[in-house]
Amino acid sequence: MAVSVRIPAPLRKLTGGLGDVTVDAGNVATLVDKLEAAYPGLKARLCDDSGQIRPFVNIYVNDEDIRFLKGPDTPVNDGDSVSIVPAIAGG
Amino acid sequence: MKAKIKGLKCRECGSDYKAEAVHVCEFCFGPLEVDYDYEAIGKRLSRKSIQAGPPSLWRYADLLPIDGEPTVGLNVGMTPLVHAKNLGRKLGLNHLYVKNDTVNHPTLSFKDRVVSVAISRAREFGYQTVACASTGNLANSVSAHAAEAGLGCYVFIPADLEAGKVLGNLIYNPTVLSVKGNYDDVNRLCSEIASEYPWAFVNINVRPYYAEGSKTLAFETAEQLGWRAPDHVVVPMASGSLYTKIKKGLAEFTRLGIIDNHPTRMHGAQATGCSPIAMAFEEGRNFVRPVKPDTIAKSLAIGNPADGFYALKTAAESDGRMGHVSDPEIVEGIKLLAECEGIFAETAGGVTIGTLKKLAAAGTFHKDDVVVAYITGNGLKTQEAVRDHVGKPVEISANLAGFEEKFKLEDKGRTLQERAAG
Repeated sequence: MAVSVRIPAPLRKLTGGLGDVTVDAGNVATLVDKLEAAYPGLKARLCDDSGQIRPFVNIYVNDEDIRFLKGPDTPVNDGDSVSIVPAIAGG
Repeated sequence: MKAKIKGLKCRECGSDYKAEAVHVCEFCFGPLEVDYDYEAIGKRLSRKSIQAGPPSLWRYADLLPIDGEPTVGLNVGMTPLVHAKNLGRKLGLNHLYVKNDTVNHPTLSFKDRVVSVAISRAREFGYQTVACASTGNLANSVSAHAAEAGLGCYVFIPADLEAGKVLGNLIYNPTVLSVKGNYDDVNRLCSEIASEYPWAFVNINVRPYYAEGSKTLAFETAEQLGWRAPDHVVVPMASGSLYTKIKKGLAEFTRLGIIDNHPTRMHGAQATGCSPIAMAFEEGRNFVRPVKPDTIAKSLAIGNPADGFYALKTAAESDGRMGHVSDPEIVEGIKLLAECEGIFAETAGGVTIGTLKKLAAAGTFHKDDVVVAYITGNGLKTQEAVRDHVGKPVEISANLAGFEEKFKLEDKGRTLQERAAG
């Protein structure tokens, strides 16, 4: 499942400056693992030591916050777009 | 102006950053905060030095994160601290005060504080364009200050905003982007745009500086109370940033010896239809579950509050309470403040007053406690919320008979003296 992923500015040092990358994954959890395989170090930024997505990281599948979907188990399909966005913003 | 900013520091992991336009830690995504040189500031800051400053929030410039002199919003702040005797009598409080930012200059909300700081800082960085994600008041203030500063301006607002807040942007002629979605959608969109465009998003990449402007509400309160911290504050919460920064302002004044150490109980107020922080407090959680907002208090309608975690921490540390009120209670709160004190607040003010009332009824305050309620925006901007809940004008023809057709008052024919005599 080719899924396009938007990478926020604070993580682009790890993606060689790329703001948009494509990975194959079936859900958000495997997507994070695939990102790690392609861009080592990225998972440690997104997840804490126990593998949980950090509280200050928001992940969206097709514009919806995965906390309103199935969290890390949220499925992703061919052509879906995923955004990783720092939670600290606004207000 | 002497150096006062050492840099930025991650509030979570302590990583240090240069004082640039960055807002989150590269390592843990935690929020970056301004790291001040308090030792140097303490050597020159005193009550006297503050009083010698301008009658605006810039009298506290030593504790605001700009390197040089402010260049925009020079008249912001120093709004009245009103002793609310009538409302206090109703609630059983002898020392109830209303910090009245409905009359802040120039756009009638507390957002003028954060924006004057953010845009002064953005100009120091060299930005030519400013932007924001807003529930309304912030966009108004960014639009006005961008006009004053002659900067390009893009403001992003949810499509369902009140008419007064939309017009309150357009009059300054910025580019207004009306986004199909709620504030959280707008905020996410702006976070992504901020990664791509060389703009100063005041509440995204410039957020560490912007948020510091809210401390001035605490500084002014302490000074206006005669250099002391209140016993209680009641603060409306959207992202929770204002609430945490009022605490920070009081802590800084205490640390620097401007006021004596005095515990202030920090109480937070939300609308029931968007109460992720208050709900977490009620359920004893230390984390916030995002919600989809549904309330007339659109200025507080942030379902995914950035500072929710820190707001919960602040409440716990200060023995504060958090309350929430329904839409009818918000309207009632707006009317109560207007009828008692002659102050017309927007919906967020209704949330504050409604929550204040509930806290008073629950016995949170002693009758002689100094309680400060923060009224952060002006009711003329959210007329939709109260339009159907106020009386109507009495229509009469333009002659005495027309008047007396509707009113036959016993005062007729009496002099003022006779009336006073009964």
